[in-house]
Amino acid sequence: MATTSITVRETPLVRYLLRRADDALILGHRLSEWCGHAPTMEEEMALANMGLDLIGQARSLYTYAAEVEGEGHCEDDFAYLRGERSYGNLLLVEQPNGDFARTMARQLVYSAFIHPYWRALMASPDATLSAIAAKAEKESAYHVRHCAEWLIRLGDGTRESHARAQAAVDHLWPFTGELFEADADEKGLVAEGVVPDPESLRGAWMQTVSAVLAEATLALPPNGWMQKGGREGRHSEHLGPLLTELQYLQRTFPGATW
Amino acid sequence: MVTGAALSDAAALREEAWRVAGAVVDPEIPVLSIADLGVLRDVTISDGRVEVVITPTYSGCPAMNMIALEIELALDKAGLGPVSVKTVLSPAWTTDFMSEDGRRKLKDYGIAPPAKTAGRRALFGVEVVECPQCGSSDTVEIAPFGSTSCKSLWQCRACREPFDYFKCH
Repeated sequence: MATTSITVRETPLVRYLLRRADDALILGHRLSEWCGHAPTMEEEMALANMGLDLIGQARSLYTYAAEVEGEGHCEDDFAYLRGERSYGNLLLVEQPNGDFARTMARQLVYSAFIHPYWRALMASPDATLSAIAAKAEKESAYHVRHCAEWLIRLGDGTRESHARAQAAVDHLWPFTGELFEADADEKGLVAEGVVPDPESLRGAWMQTVSAVLAEATLALPPNGWMQKGGREGRHSEHLGPLLTELQYLQRTFPGATW
Repeated sequence: MVTGAALSDAAALREEAWRVAGAVVDPEIPVLSIADLGVLRDVTISDGRVEVVITPTYSGCPAMNMIALEIELALDKAGLGPVSVKTVLSPAWTTDFMSEDGRRKLKDYGIAPPAKTAGRRALFGVEVVECPQCGSSDTVEIAPFGSTSCKSLWQCRACREPFDYFKCH
């Protein structure tokens, strides 16, 4: 009998891999929601391409998590057969697409963090992590550039596009604090030198984001209250509906394959 | 104990399997074989069984599953199956793995080949891409993400033709 949910045997490394994979999967899914809705044909291709990169990165991380866990699970099990509370993605990546400015702002603040993060992870003594990071960092570099160009164009554009770009940045800002958090498991891996401390990337992130915002004539929001909880499975109201769509087929027809 | 004859059989089998697997084409760019692309990494023989090692070009490249299936079919057809296909991530694929022959074939097909070295500068500096139709360097990028994740869309200002550029990666 095919199952509709799995129990993950969590070790610090498995937990870490799932958290990072969840970020990529959920954000990749959000970008794929633009299919058929993007403002231009070229942007339709760009959003789908970026989404595909992210889902590819998620697959590599889930596959490695399955190998480390050693319970016979596969990448699809982690994506389709875990509930909302088992997902440990950042609250940032599950936020709805909103208008085009909000999607670009969300992608920029994530990519500006994850690009230097992957670069730092390339130095990991864990050969698989280092290999995944080496592939992902180049893809993320293209994402940073693309979103930066758009945010500059929108911010430094018409009065309407400027106002909407500023509103997007202001709206998403409280979700950026979580980028730099590490839970106890991840801190252990940081202490062992297996993964970089996300906090150590704050300077590089701020430099990219503030340079882009300055060129876009957008104001850097003040550092105020920051949302958190995603890493522990406490999500905003937006993740449930997203998973409902993403997992629909497997939950309706357990064990279905192509 | 491996005898001399068995060893040479294995070497011949490996060579033949390499040739057959290497000839499998990229379903998205059918003028390029996986040998041209540098996607075929290794072929190993163990107990007369062939294992083909490939590496993905991009994390999310949808062609990889298709390529793995095509390898199995090609080797099976050549009477060398059953075969297993293994994917490795390290060292990470870059456009530098593409053969000279592959670059030439791409250009003849109408796709501008990747700039020679996949370095930081190529990624963020100003790229000069030659039009594969007329050879002019007076070209402009229309969209950084093209019909597949490995390509961007450009246009030539001299001959006005739009063309794909295989992104430096």
